[in-house]
Amino acid sequence: MEELFEGILNHHLGFVVWATVAFLLLLILLKTFAWKPILGAIHERERSIENALESARMAKEEMQSLISENDALLKEARAERDLILKEAKELKDKMIAEAKSTAQAEGAKMLEKAQAEIDSQKAAAVAEIKGQVAELSLQIAEKVLRQQMADKSKQEALVSDLLQDVKLN
Amino acid sequence: MTFTHILNSKKIRFSAVLAFILVFVSLNVSSRAQEAAPHTLADTTFSSTVESDAHIAGTEHTEGDGEHEKFDPTSAIMEHIADSHYWHLWGHTSLPLPVILFTDKGAEVFSSSQFHHGEQAYQGKHYTYKLIEDKIFAVNSGGEIDKSASSNVYDFSITKNVAAIWLAVILLILIFTSVSRAYKKREGMAPKGFQSLIEPVILFVRDEIAKPNIGYKYNKFMPLLLTMFFFIWINNLLGLFPLFPGGANVTGNIFMTFVLAFITLLVTNLNGNKYYWKHILLPDVPWWLYPIMIPVEIIGVISKPFALMIRLYANISAGHIIVLSLISLIFIFKSLAIAPVSVAFVLFMDVLELLVAFLQAFIFTMLTALFIGTAVDEHAHH
Repeated sequence: MEELFEGILNHHLGFVVWATVAFLLLLILLKTFAWKPILGAIHERERSIENALESARMAKEEMQSLISENDALLKEARAERDLILKEAKELKDKMIAEAKSTAQAEGAKMLEKAQAEIDSQKAAAVAEIKGQVAELSLQIAEKVLRQQMADKSKQEALVSDLLQDVKLN
Repeated sequence: MTFTHILNSKKIRFSAVLAFILVFVSLNVSSRAQEAAPHTLADTTFSSTVESDAHIAGTEHTEGDGEHEKFDPTSAIMEHIADSHYWHLWGHTSLPLPVILFTDKGAEVFSSSQFHHGEQAYQGKHYTYKLIEDKIFAVNSGGEIDKSASSNVYDFSITKNVAAIWLAVILLILIFTSVSRAYKKREGMAPKGFQSLIEPVILFVRDEIAKPNIGYKYNKFMPLLLTMFFFIWINNLLGLFPLFPGGANVTGNIFMTFVLAFITLLVTNLNGNKYYWKHILLPDVPWWLYPIMIPVEIIGVISKPFALMIRLYANISAGHIIVLSLISLIFIFKSLAIAPVSVAFVLFMDVLELLVAFLQAFIFTMLTALFIGTAVDEHAHH
């Protein structure tokens, strides 16, 4: 055991010291000039990539929401259009119906009026005819009377006959 | 990939206690046995073995002048995976490296070429030095090791491994500052070129190692984990490369892995929160078990990074040893015919080692993250 370790410090302490110094120097130099900038740059790049991915995701989401919003808007517009069309149709139908009914009523009124007119005209004509008939009858009767005044019985029979006829009318 | 439940299982804990007690008992017995045996006997056996070794080496050397030198694969392989004061380039050419010594009388700096590969002693300002088995000893005028003087000489040389560490440090700084510049230039844009090669690895460390093991506090430990991961990985890869700028066995050096594991130990325990310390010092067991549990927990604190140290060292060393052994086959059989077989196996091992290089860096970093994670975890486990 003792022989193995004899002179170990004399022969190897120098190497240990040199190795330690070299390694520590390497560590310090690489830490300041290599690892910090490299790891920093890698970290920075990773973060920027992450950010880019995140913003892409958000843009996609936003687009999605925009698209859905658009869709909703379109749907709404379509529904509104449908509603307007429906209302217009209803209005049109109503107007047509109204016009129809008004025309009908007007027509009926006019017909009624015409009928009334016709009736009154007819009544007037009848009355006039009656008057003329009566006048004509009187003239006939006068003529008859003038011709046949001689025969009294004949006169009387004729008058009663005439009167009977008139009554029938 | 959480192994904490294994470490925390009661069965394992109690078997550890048992093992600890057994070790303690056996140490006691052996020390008593040593006391009983005469000291002189132990000393003489050791010195005689040393002498006989030296004798054999000497005879071999003299024989080597006349005929073919006998090939010793063990020493050749160990030489290759060990640290050295030279950096071998090709053939008999090696790059001498600076020797820095701190002695009780003052510091000294000279080139390792002064040693002439251990054949000559060098007369320094304070002592005479000699390279024996690639270790520096102070020697007396007769060329013998002066033990008392040697114990005052501390070797702070830029050895092959130290130079390889600095090479790795420079490479890593160049690579990652350029990558960092690319990030600054192309801010917020997709990675391009070399940057896109490195970024997945950084993200791997962050997302597969730090985040799952540490939790939301991972950011604080990222620099350490990244530095550890890339430092181990690049040293593993440079170690696989057999020619000059590579070839050093840095992560297969137990002192290197000791430094890394010690950093893990420090970071883990300095960041430990109250739940972590309560778990160690006041575990949820009957109070009379504390004398067993607390030492066990403390051993656990040390053994976790200790396992890290051994794992990395053993894996990388084993890989190098296998590759070198396969190459040694050519010299053992003394036949060129064996070379294609060796090369094929070496190629296979090298490809496997490429995987191991990554895997060991990953495991070391991941376990470090796991230990930190248990230390900073906000809620008590049990």
